[in-house]
Amino acid sequence: MNALQEPDLGTPAPQACADGVSPPLTLRIDGIEVVVPSGTSVMRAAALAGVAIPRLCATDCLQAVGACRLCLVEIEGRKGYPASCTTPVEAGMAVRTRSPRLAELRRNVMELTLSDHPLDCLTCAANGDCELQDMAAAVGLREVRFGLSGANHLAEPRDDSNPYFGYDPAKCIVCYRCVRACEEQQGSFAITAAGRGFAARIVAGASSFLESECVSCGACVKVCPTATLIERTAVAAGSVERVVETTCAYCGVGCGFRAELDGPPDAPTIVRMTPSKRGAANLGHACVKGRFAWGYATHKDRVTKPMIRDRIADPWREVSWDEALRHAAGEFRRIQRQHGRDAVGAIVSSRCTNEEDYLVQKLVRAAFGNNNVDTCARVCHSPTGYGLGQTLGTSAGTQTFASIAHADVIMVIGANPGAAHPVFASRLKRRVRAGARLIVIDPRAIDLVDAPHVRADAHLQLRPGTNVAVLTALAHVIVTEGLMDEAFVAARCERQSFVDWHNFVARSENSPEALAEASGVPAAQVRAAARLYATGGNAAIYYGLGVTEHAQGSTAVIAIANLAMATGNLGREGVGVNPLRGQNNVQGSCDMGGFPHELPGYRHVSDAATRACFERAWGVELPPTPGLRIPNMFDAALDGSFRGLYCQGEDPAQSDPDIGHVKAALAAMECVVVQDLFLNETARFAHVFLPGSSFLEKDGTFTNAERRISRVRRVMPPLAGMADWQVTMALSEALGYPMNYGHPSEIMDEIARLTPTFAGVGYDKLERLGSLQWPCNDAAPEGTPTMHVGGFPSRPDGKGRFMITQYVPSDEQATRKYPLLLTTGRVLAQYNVGAQTRRTANLRFHAEDRLEIHPHDAGERGIADGDWVGLESRAGATELRAEVTARVQPGVVYTTFHFPESGANIVTTDSSDWATDCPEYKVTAVQVSRRTRPSAPAERVP
Amino acid sequence: MNPVKLIRMANRIGGFFAAMPDREQAIGDVASHIARTWEPRMIRDLRAHMVNHGAAGLSDIVRAALARLPR
Repeated sequence: MNALQEPDLGTPAPQACADGVSPPLTLRIDGIEVVVPSGTSVMRAAALAGVAIPRLCATDCLQAVGACRLCLVEIEGRKGYPASCTTPVEAGMAVRTRSPRLAELRRNVMELTLSDHPLDCLTCAANGDCELQDMAAAVGLREVRFGLSGANHLAEPRDDSNPYFGYDPAKCIVCYRCVRACEEQQGSFAITAAGRGFAARIVAGASSFLESECVSCGACVKVCPTATLIERTAVAAGSVERVVETTCAYCGVGCGFRAELDGPPDAPTIVRMTPSKRGAANLGHACVKGRFAWGYATHKDRVTKPMIRDRIADPWREVSWDEALRHAAGEFRRIQRQHGRDAVGAIVSSRCTNEEDYLVQKLVRAAFGNNNVDTCARVCHSPTGYGLGQTLGTSAGTQTFASIAHADVIMVIGANPGAAHPVFASRLKRRVRAGARLIVIDPRAIDLVDAPHVRADAHLQLRPGTNVAVLTALAHVIVTEGLMDEAFVAARCERQSFVDWHNFVARSENSPEALAEASGVPAAQVRAAARLYATGGNAAIYYGLGVTEHAQGSTAVIAIANLAMATGNLGREGVGVNPLRGQNNVQGSCDMGGFPHELPGYRHVSDAATRACFERAWGVELPPTPGLRIPNMFDAALDGSFRGLYCQGEDPAQSDPDIGHVKAALAAMECVVVQDLFLNETARFAHVFLPGSSFLEKDGTFTNAERRISRVRRVMPPLAGMADWQVTMALSEALGYPMNYGHPSEIMDEIARLTPTFAGVGYDKLERLGSLQWPCNDAAPEGTPTMHVGGFPSRPDGKGRFMITQYVPSDEQATRKYPLLLTTGRVLAQYNVGAQTRRTANLRFHAEDRLEIHPHDAGERGIADGDWVGLESRAGATELRAEVTARVQPGVVYTTFHFPESGANIVTTDSSDWATDCPEYKVTAVQVSRRTRPSAPAERVP
Repeated sequence: MNPVKLIRMANRIGGFFAAMPDREQAIGDVASHIARTWEPRMIRDLRAHMVNHGAAGLSDIVRAALARLPR
């Protein structure tokens, strides 16, 4: 085995018993005594004892099948030669892994295998990294007696349809690892074996990988023991010289990755990115984005020189870092002198590290002297922060991803994990295949409703904007049918708030029957789902932006917390309330004081003791009143009271709603500083452009949706010469407030000193333990996997708080002029505004945003699949192609916002969540009409 | 700042807390929510609008809450 490869123990660790303990057994392997948990395979026990048993079909991320017959062993007292991968250990067992007979058997197996394999090792891309090659050496094969001229598969055609990996059937040994990985790990069932015996071949779909159900997660490629399935980048590059472990920068799952590198540290070639088995969030699995779509980091569109211009109509002028930073600082100070201290602010990014976000909010508070800092989480999960904070006391999800393995009922609300959180979706599907029940609440028939070997027990296909109606109706059933966990409520929750809530939801106006007309969900379905959730055992709720991005987003989050408390589904594995965060560091950007009303650790700026703590550390006086939120910044820009913005790693001119309004606001500002990888849409309105760094150029940490803090490690130097944290530090110094950090670890040390929930976090501990879930402090020195185990410590008296959730219809209602409701979302292959994924081969999977429209609505408008259509709301109008599909219900249309040219957010409005101002992306009244041709972009409105 | 938008935002806050059974507590919660999440110029501009144009469009609970906010 290549020394740079991850250790492979051959078979997975055994499942723990119901009580979590697998009793240890003692056995001897080649005379070595080894103690392992019961259920361990002989192969794994041998590996743990340092004894390598040859194998081809076994790998520790897949269940053993005993197909290749290479791992045969002898067991004292037993006849024959059992496969060590499928034979469980027994107490007192004596195993022999080496003997003349075993050697002969293994050589026979290898001879047969190699008789149908091209012996082109020296020119093979897997040379030196090939398990077949390793095994031939391990068994001492010196000749192939059968010859190489018999029947074989060497002339079979390759499948190079996938942009990221190739399939060469000539090299395939039909070990079925790829088939099993697609089934067990990914759950797509896209690969199978056609034919039997010698004729058996691996096939994807009816024709090719690209045309199949394959989602390009790369699991099959990773487990392939030969070069049959291999990354194109690995074929093009040399061998791997070193590995850097880091964390993916796409969604909020936060997968651990191994950057496998060739070449010098200052200019490495990435051979491939492989998911790390040490990654606690992903356990060696990945999706198409993290696994393959990292080429944007070195895309030709990267801007690596600072630039400035006086007016946004002027051309850019490349300048030195020093000049750019002095110019930006000078402009911010001029604006503050002329228009007041509060006329400037900043947006921090959920794509940046904790350390970078912390520095930007520190710059705003200490150097600008105001609280005008907001995170782009404003426009996605700010209602989660509010809703969970108010009810459970902590603005974060309650579980680990691993918790889902203990769930009996899974409720997915307003989330499409198959597209937006694919690695978690695979875990979810695995649990459902194992017997858990599934409830989906979504306006669309997302893939979880009916996926291979996964079918939802209930799909409550509600109308957009009616989450609160359905959630309150679920609570009504639980309360009125006596399905509550009375003991949990009595012991763990506030009495009075519970009584108020109980009386409210029990009213007949909140019954499923009364709310069915508004929600469009038949009452019987709601009742059945409520009964299942409340009585089906461990019940876990997973939700996404389909909950938060509504005028009642915070109310819906509160309603979810109410359900979990009422049924006692909190404080242990298998249950809980789990927000699926859209971007890699949504949780962290909120934790780090990214909101304008909170200092790091969710402590309100009005709290004098907290302010004093930061004032002492930062040597400044801090303002006690909240700053502007992102939408407020734009409103204030249009009234002239906000004129300068430092925007790091965000693109509000594409991602924020009512783009016409956003662009007018940006154009009204006097100094917009954009720090990004590319000249994005917002940069069109910028006066200063500061080159940003990709995750491959960063040192720092991300915090994922399970509160897991993981290290991001530098794979290559920043292309522009400065890391993002260094740029913020230099800008602060230019503003007259120097910061002095030598490494991001020192920033984390400061965060830990000032933030009680992070008190025990440090890079040394992260190195030692791999990752940490906050709270991490003296009470929980190694972190907190499951929240609220014994109570709600952040709530007064440690009691959970119920809150009344009155359904209020959205202002966005279908009308004669705008008779359809638009809801927006994401697809698997693209990510957010697409700045990264549009610059990769993921375009092969999804090359444009399309408008999903039901056949009935399409027929009424004369729209056929693929037609250009106009999409118009009270905010604006745009054009894109139609996809006629029954995934959406009649009266509802759906699109994504990955491509600026389709302009989905031209159409979305300024309607927002009552508590947090999170935009109501998910409900916009629109009209759709057929177009004979697309108009030029300039003709579109605005 | 745009008073129409400020009024709508305030009314939505009021709409959430109006469902609470204790009216006095609800008014206090609306006032607290605005004080804890609105930047001072937003409160200032909404008040200025009320002075110049009256409180038309604002719900009763929001009016009562605004009266409780410190000047």
